[in-house]
Amino acid sequence: MNFGVVVFPGSNCDHDCVHVLSNVLGQKAHEIWHKETSLSGLDAVILPGGFSYGDYLRTGAIARFSPVMGAVTQFADAGGMVLGICNGFQILLEAGLLPGAMIRNQTLTFICKDVYVRVENAATPFTGRCESGQVLKLPIAHADGNYYTDPVTLAALQANAQIVFRYCTAEGKITPEANPNGSLDNIAGIRNAEGNVLGMMPHPERCAEEVLGNDDGRLIFLSMLDALKNAKLQPKMVGAG
Amino acid sequence: MRGKRVKAKIHVTLKQGILDPQGKAIEQALATLGYTSARNVRVGKYLELDLNEPKDKAEAQVKAMCEKLLANTIIEDYRYELS
Repeated sequence: MNFGVVVFPGSNCDHDCVHVLSNVLGQKAHEIWHKETSLSGLDAVILPGGFSYGDYLRTGAIARFSPVMGAVTQFADAGGMVLGICNGFQILLEAGLLPGAMIRNQTLTFICKDVYVRVENAATPFTGRCESGQVLKLPIAHADGNYYTDPVTLAALQANAQIVFRYCTAEGKITPEANPNGSLDNIAGIRNAEGNVLGMMPHPERCAEEVLGNDDGRLIFLSMLDALKNAKLQPKMVGAG
Repeated sequence: MRGKRVKAKIHVTLKQGILDPQGKAIEQALATLGYTSARNVRVGKYLELDLNEPKDKAEAQVKAMCEKLLANTIIEDYRYELS
């Protein structure tokens, strides 16, 4: 499969994503500079973590207007798989491809540590290799991961099984203590209503190899590969240049 | 003739009811300084910009800038003054 990893000025997890996809999973993967305006030929797009535009104004607020984002929106609208990790999630929120917004962590600190998340929906193209309720250990590294949305949108997310990951204890219990950043409803990752766009704060690309002591993150990428192989979500890029 | 220069002063603040961790930390710091009656500290952003447009056009542009970029209206309110 052919993956594109978008590089914004200030992205810093782009190479990790390309490394996992190409060297660990044997897929085609390459960086896409944010000035690109076409994503033709790609099977899936990843918006990686980092500090695009130095997080100026708000996280993701300026990257959201990068030239490539028009193509990312078209790609998503055509059913293409888009994964936003950390800063990539923040950009998807600012772009309106996912509902809600991020505010500063409740602790006011940058948090860099392993956390546990529970897979709330294993029937997505990003979690097909997981069991429903499975607990994954994944690292987070962010200062603005405190997810917020209005009560009406939250109810819709819950009703449509759009909440894909929630912060939990090692045993899978959803508790306030297991919530590292104050996120509403312990939300760590959500998908759009159609199911082809996922945003998550934890970094699966940082734990996708046994040699690193943890390969839980590999499940996310393997799930995407399964979904693409089933070709259910291949974008219809008819007439794309 | 070019329009007269208009200065916009824009305030962006977190909406009421949205937790402001920075405000909370500052409130605690103020309390340790003895300002124990200081309450409801809210931190916001202040932006200034000049526009070379007639005032009505400038106002429409500032409003659009706030809606599109300067504020995230899911979590923030904005207000502006033009002079």
